[in-house]
Amino acid sequence: MKTDQELKQIANRVRINIIREVSHAQSGHPGGSLGAADILTYLYFSVMDITPENAGSTDRDRFVLSKGHASPALYAVLAEKGILKEEELMTFRMIDSRLQGHPNMRLTPGVDMSTGSLGQGLAAANGMAMANRLAGNGHHVYALLGDGECEEGEVWETAMAAHHYHSDLLTAIVDVNGLQIDGRTDDVIGPNPIGPKFAAFGWHVIEDVDGNDFDALRKAFEEAASVRDVPTVIIAHTIKGRGVSFMENQAGWHGKAPNAEQTAQALAELEKEKETL
Amino acid sequence: MAKATREAYGEELARLVTENPKIVVMDADLAGSTRSAEAGKAAPERFFDFGIAEADMIGNAAGFAASGYTVFCSTFAMFATGRCWEQIRNSLVYPQLDVKIFGSHGGIAVGEDGVSHQAIEDLGIMRTIPKMQVYNPCDAAEMKAVVDYVAGSGVPCYIRGTRSRVEDVYPEGNVPDVTKVHVLKKGANVAIFATGLMVQAALQARNQLLEEGINPTVADVCCLKPADEETIGQILKDHRVIITCEEHNVVNGLGSLIADVASRTAPRLIARVGMQDRFAESGSFEALLKKYHLDPDGIVETVHNAMQGDACGIHGC
Repeated sequence: MKTDQELKQIANRVRINIIREVSHAQSGHPGGSLGAADILTYLYFSVMDITPENAGSTDRDRFVLSKGHASPALYAVLAEKGILKEEELMTFRMIDSRLQGHPNMRLTPGVDMSTGSLGQGLAAANGMAMANRLAGNGHHVYALLGDGECEEGEVWETAMAAHHYHSDLLTAIVDVNGLQIDGRTDDVIGPNPIGPKFAAFGWHVIEDVDGNDFDALRKAFEEAASVRDVPTVIIAHTIKGRGVSFMENQAGWHGKAPNAEQTAQALAELEKEKETL
Repeated sequence: MAKATREAYGEELARLVTENPKIVVMDADLAGSTRSAEAGKAAPERFFDFGIAEADMIGNAAGFAASGYTVFCSTFAMFATGRCWEQIRNSLVYPQLDVKIFGSHGGIAVGEDGVSHQAIEDLGIMRTIPKMQVYNPCDAAEMKAVVDYVAGSGVPCYIRGTRSRVEDVYPEGNVPDVTKVHVLKKGANVAIFATGLMVQAALQARNQLLEEGINPTVADVCCLKPADEETIGQILKDHRVIITCEEHNVVNGLGSLIADVASRTAPRLIARVGMQDRFAESGSFEALLKKYHLDPDGIVETVHNAMQGDACGIHGC
């Protein structure tokens, strides 16, 4: 089990690689990737039993990045796990690369579901959880959704089905950063409050979790692991762009690459953070 | 014995789920109509109803398939292919997950329910997805052969079924390779390519034409993708007048497929029997097929016109 300090160090390296990936590709989604970096780090290093040896197998816990545009964070975490080589991160979004703009389960080792079109990953994750129940293997399935993604109707179809089928091997995490491409979620269409909506569908809801705090994430995932008979959702509040001052809480950094000067500043800030860890 | 292909689907699926514990069956509140309920009775622990939420059914099917199961998803052709096109494309076909989409009540023969339930675009919109396989069996025996074949194919596909009973074309258990185009009747000069329940109409049209001394070849195109281009190309080369018959919009269905192959192998004037880029309406199965010229008389007249060099004829262009 990693200490909080070790997790912070890993998440810092993940953030550095997110900036390097998006900057090198000159395209991609830095804001949501930076915000979700701690959740992904915690899942891959403290929750799931994935290793380089079992990455190609389904006989383990699995993860679906339903908000597939945060792929730079997923690839960076897979590199930290030793499932991808760090050099490969610099092929992100390039021609002939295994690291597609949005995750492809057939190309990238350790990617458990092809995603990218919002609203679809939770259904696939529930199917996996139900398949695990049918197979009797007890493995858990985790799905990370965006709060903007919860505007998709399919999410709520799955919320209904997962409860109906007592899908307690499924844990969803909603990464609530309050922003989407066109602005603040509350201004665009208003998906909030998200937790009570899941509760109305019969889910166990863990509210008000700081998704950028490992102690808070630990408590939330421990509670999720103890839930039986119903699916669980963790409402994890994050800061979009977390760790890079000029990207924090800015919708404009949803899907834009930093230029050379901005990249240098972002990396300098993250290197400075590293010294404090 | 006349039987709807959906009945054959349910019977064969019920047999397969009993034999193979890795098969999972799903429906979206139409299990009685699609006949997937037969499989549900045979293996209730591997049958899941997702209610009136087709997109969610497709996503869950992707999850099961990503876990090593072979999944058969059933609902009406309209909802399976129309509502869920993007889920099918992105969550199933792009990752090549082992899910079979069964769209029952395809075409206008669904009848009285009217346009909202008459899928005349399903074959086309499934065919346009890269690597998606598309089957439109013409009778019960061919449906069973398709279900058997795709259960072991390991890749996604779409199968269209019919609501109404159709006459048998093949003896049960004696269907040749479902991936190939089958020449059911070998004639000369005129070739009729047909798919689904238009195969029976084409065979009846041939009987009428024989009385006039016209002896058309009739070919059953069950697998629209990957198409058996070799056989199609050979038939095109061997005949002068080409007719295609589909209970589908003429855009991107069988007519488009044959024209596509012809453009690369043997260019021909091709007359297309089908829905001429228009919606139908409510009505009985028989009345609809007659009004929109998807019956033997419509095919016969189309052959007459085409033999005189008019590929538009009664259908318009």
